Amino acid sequence: MAQVFAYLVHNDGVLDDSAMELVVAAKAVGDDVTAIVTGSGIDAVADDAAKIFPKVIKIDDAGLAYPNAEVVRKALINVIPAGSVVLFTNNTFAMDCAPGLSIKMDAAYVSDIISLEVDGTTLKTVRQEFGGEVNTHVNVDASNGAVIALRPGTFAADESKSAGGSVEAAAAGDISAKRTFIEIVEPEAGDVDITKADLLVSIGRGIEDEDNIEIAHELAEALGAGAEVSCSRPIVDAKWLEPSRQVGTSGCTVKPKVYMACGISGSFQHLGGIKGGFMIAINKNENAPIFQVADVGIVADILEFLPELTEAVNDL
Amino acid sequence: MEILVCVKRVPDSAENEIEMNAEGNDIERDDLVFSVNEWDNYAVEEAIQIVDNVGGTVTVVTVGDDESDEVLRREMAMGAAKGILLTDDAFEGSDCKGVATILKGCVDKGNYDLIFTGAQADEGAGAVGGMLAAMMDYPYASLVNKIEAGDGKLTIGREIEGGNQEMNEIDLPCVLSIQTGINEPRYVGIRGIRQVSGVEIPELGAADLGLDAAAVGEAGAKVKKVDYFVPESGDGAEMLEGSNDQIIEKLIEILKANGGLQ
Amino acid sequence: MEHLISPAHSMILGFIPGWLISFLYVVVGVGLFAYIIAKRLAPLVKAAPDNSRFANIPARLKNIAVVWLGQIKQPRYMFAGVLHMMIFFGFLTLALRTCSLVVIGMFPDFALPGLAADQPVGAVYNVLKDYAATIVFFACLVAAIRRGVFKPARYAVPKELGHDHTAEAVFVCCIIMGLMVTESLFEAVLVAAGHDAFLPPLTLAWAFAHLFAGAPHGLLQVLHIVSYYCHDTLFFFFLCFLPMGKHFHVITSLFNVAFMRVQRGNIKPMVYGITAEGLDDLKSFGVKKIEDFTWKHMLDFYTCADCGRCSDQCPANLVGRPLSPRFITIKARDLMFKNYPLRGEMKKSEPLIGSIFTAEEIWSCTTCGACEQECPLGIEYIDKIVDLRRGLVDEGEVPQTLQKPLKALGKRGNPWGKVEKKRADWAKDKEFAAECNVKIVENGDTSDTLYFVDSITSYDDRMINIARCTSKILDTVQEDFCILGKQEKDSGNEVVRFGEEMLFQQLKSENIDAINESGAKKVVTSDPHAYNALKNDYPELELPVEHISEVIVKKVKDGTLKLKSVEDPTKVYTYHDPCYLGRHNGLYEAPRNAMTAIPGLKLVEMEKNRDRALCCSGGGLNLFYEPEENERMAVLRVQMAHDAGANVIVCACPFCMVNMEDAIKVAGLDDQLEAIELTELIEQHMEK
Repeated sequence: MAQVFAYLVHNDGVLDDSAMELVVAAKAVGDDVTAIVTGSGIDAVADDAAKIFPKVIKIDDAGLAYPNAEVVRKALINVIPAGSVVLFTNNTFAMDCAPGLSIKMDAAYVSDIISLEVDGTTLKTVRQEFGGEVNTHVNVDASNGAVIALRPGTFAADESKSAGGSVEAAAAGDISAKRTFIEIVEPEAGDVDITKADLLVSIGRGIEDEDNIEIAHELAEALGAGAEVSCSRPIVDAKWLEPSRQVGTSGCTVKPKVYMACGISGSFQHLGGIKGGFMIAINKNENAPIFQVADVGIVADILEFLPELTEAVNDL
Repeated sequence: MEILVCVKRVPDSAENEIEMNAEGNDIERDDLVFSVNEWDNYAVEEAIQIVDNVGGTVTVVTVGDDESDEVLRREMAMGAAKGILLTDDAFEGSDCKGVATILKGCVDKGNYDLIFTGAQADEGAGAVGGMLAAMMDYPYASLVNKIEAGDGKLTIGREIEGGNQEMNEIDLPCVLSIQTGINEPRYVGIRGIRQVSGVEIPELGAADLGLDAAAVGEAGAKVKKVDYFVPESGDGAEMLEGSNDQIIEKLIEILKANGGLQ
Repeated sequence: MEHLISPAHSMILGFIPGWLISFLYVVVGVGLFAYIIAKRLAPLVKAAPDNSRFANIPARLKNIAVVWLGQIKQPRYMFAGVLHMMIFFGFLTLALRTCSLVVIGMFPDFALPGLAADQPVGAVYNVLKDYAATIVFFACLVAAIRRGVFKPARYAVPKELGHDHTAEAVFVCCIIMGLMVTESLFEAVLVAAGHDAFLPPLTLAWAFAHLFAGAPHGLLQVLHIVSYYCHDTLFFFFLCFLPMGKHFHVITSLFNVAFMRVQRGNIKPMVYGITAEGLDDLKSFGVKKIEDFTWKHMLDFYTCADCGRCSDQCPANLVGRPLSPRFITIKARDLMFKNYPLRGEMKKSEPLIGSIFTAEEIWSCTTCGACEQECPLGIEYIDKIVDLRRGLVDEGEVPQTLQKPLKALGKRGNPWGKVEKKRADWAKDKEFAAECNVKIVENGDTSDTLYFVDSITSYDDRMINIARCTSKILDTVQEDFCILGKQEKDSGNEVVRFGEEMLFQQLKSENIDAINESGAKKVVTSDPHAYNALKNDYPELELPVEHISEVIVKKVKDGTLKLKSVEDPTKVYTYHDPCYLGRHNGLYEAPRNAMTAIPGLKLVEMEKNRDRALCCSGGGLNLFYEPEENERMAVLRVQMAHDAGANVIVCACPFCMVNMEDAIKVAGLDDQLEAIELTELIEQHMEK
């Protein structure tokens, strides 16, 4: 297989952990593996990348200070030879940049794959459809190169950081653009939007008392910025949480990556508000209907289990 | 402002009723009902609202067969002025690039300032908008959840991770893929659809669009869907058992694997 | 003693003949009144037509006799109701006297035929009218004190809706008291001056006669003339004041009651007299501007007495939703007054939603009908709400959460978008099918009785038990029945009430075709919403429709259905009336009789029962749309059941079951109260 490139994402000067997964994916595709990092003043990031990848191309340019997809695409075209395979982690940046890159490279494009194998110049991938209810085998003709966006978790990460790779600087070239980044607007504090959360710690009647709501908040906090607390209707009715946190046909419709149904039995109305995502159900009633629809189930009392989980996550 | 909105007729999977066929290689299609892709609906509403404010017309276009007429009429009932159906046997089996190529043919025939697609459709690829923009050499932004029309340019917001919004300025003409939640699409009843039932919808094929049949459809597709299958843990939850510590260990792995924990 | 000079013969200010003044009073008073009424009628002329109001005359005459003349609704609020009845009957009695009095100002010896004082009927009438005046006086005095001093909460007006109407109410009480005093005084001074007439004891006139007995003749003469013209002034002022506000009902109530709704349960057509084909040609659907209302609905606005009973009974208002039926009417009436002023140009009509109404207000109604049931004047709300919703739907302004179920109903015939072929899955379950084999039309089965299951009972994991119990009951009473299976569509009871007329028409015609093709001769249903739709909103369906409770009662009576003694005699049961069985269809007793047919079952009633039952917050699409509210109706309802001492609340509706089961948990009454559906209760107690 041709040369393989992985585009690495970094935030605030810190390389994203997805790099450790991308290197495994890249090596599965081909032997000649190179990481690309773009930005302004990114020496440290490039050095970190070199711990993971054997080769790193660093494109350092003031015009790349913010990863504006159009600008990054131009920079990438300038360094990636035709016929290469380019890997992205499937995220909002990849959605912005990768499809157009594939056109400019005249390469095949496939996004959000959950499995990847190589068979000659064909990449055999698996994608999900209909909210993960069914999967498809998708074959990609990579004879003229390919751009691939991987869903996080497709490959087990290599956390050894022992690559000892080299960093090579490349010029950005002409990166003038018709799209200009202005600013990032953060959500107003206190203005919860559970529909945007990556992970929902969703509580139902099993929480039993208003005072116990705190354990859900603690878990969400431990799980990071993308996690929020949501709930089923009875919790809102009891005024333990605000209505904006309610999931269900009369509340919000959510599509998180992971939905943790904690002490929720799984009523018709509640499930109607969950449209996809991996569902983990925790309920002390082993016959709770939620277990029929969840991906993973745990029979446990959430009042005991959640604090233990929080502790374990905090210890990571 | 002349706005083209690219829409798609997709299986309505609101209620979990997707099943495999008897052969086990495709989904059971007999019981599917189809409707317009949810994201496209937001795109059409947004286009109508922009036109209401600054003037112009909204045109909806789809690549499909005769049955796709239904979604064009629905969007016209919403308020789109014109519909265009791109249909040809040669289009069958197109991958995202093929669809983008067909749409480019349509864009070339018009004079559009702004082109919308939905951020994604039933297959979740989210690729056609970005590809079309690259083919046209238009600027592009995906997952757009806010648009303010300015003079020759737009100020747009993109939905990015963590509930943040990335604000950009983008020159016209451009392609934007629209995220749900950008507006509240109006309701279209049976009455509205009936009222546009007599409106003529032009149908354009490969020749009309000046397309090389080999560049689209199955022939031009580099990405091919082989078959469908049900993922293994589809039936009921996989129950985690063991001590709480063991369960938690497994659970943390699962959280990481599914993007719940970075 | 010298008799007093009558007003007609007197010289006002010493030179104007009294009869001329009296004549001018009549000319000016009647003329002004006619002008005002003509102005008030102007919008009704431009309103939407409604010829149905002239049909069904016997029922209308009965309503006039019972609701208007009989004041049947008034005692539902005992104190205010009795006061009102005193004033109402007093007014009726005094109407003749008032007419005579106006003429007496010109012709002093005038008497209506047969009512002269020297005739027997006239003598009796004179006694009656003196008592009537006295009763009205005191009733108004009490009413004025009640309104002005005690200020019952029912009449309060929220700040955002303007000032309250206490001043107007008290003012009118004072005018009426003034009328009674001047009328009585006019007559009393005649007697005090020696006129030979009988004044009934303890009346105002009697009291005044005693008070002024022996007063100087001159004073009596002045009082006689002054009281007459004060009365005349007050009377004509009052007449012309009535159409200015809530007292318009004094004039319009007779007409409003005559034209009130006589059919129950149904929703008005989009336009009266329209055909299905005609619907396609309509330019606009529903009510968007005030002129889009029918003339009867406008008459409703004029007729509202602002008594607040509707809102007092309204469950939406009770739980703090942004809807108060009373203000639907008051706001619309004020808009009519404003847009059609007595003087000056008519104003351009603005869309109602966004000006006087909000969309949330209009979506908040559960169509339970408690307001209409209560209104003493026959004012309608549901049809207006539905018409306003039709307008919203036509403009595409449907809440996002409702769009999906509506779309699913259009595509799949049920609000969840479930596959049609699974509609009869509840009947195909092996364990159940072994016990009870349900015939399905799609398999080529036929029978005389068709069980219409409807969506929630077909698909909801919990509610399918109602379908199974209903089937077992029908099976046990040897009723040969079948179901439509995948050919059945949602009955559309909620669809039409949510204003999606075309979708309803589609569902209705598909159901009617399927039912007719099945060859059934009778339809039975366990869902009150389906029952109501099939019975009242499917005029083209010519088959009789029965609710399962009616079947149960009939079969218990004829001995086919035998019920065992109540399983747990310590339990206390209460029955929650579903709106679409009770208020909309008058089925209050059948479900209760079905319950009490179980030997030993102890039934208690909740505080609000039968036609005052509290809505559970509505069925159908309300599962998908719940407006802002402070508490849930069903929670109040289960607390009511608990307060009544019940530990089992029996519902006869799947939607009530959803809400009650949820509410019991929310109210924390899990260990003290349970909910059960009527068919489940009967099935439990059947001797098989």
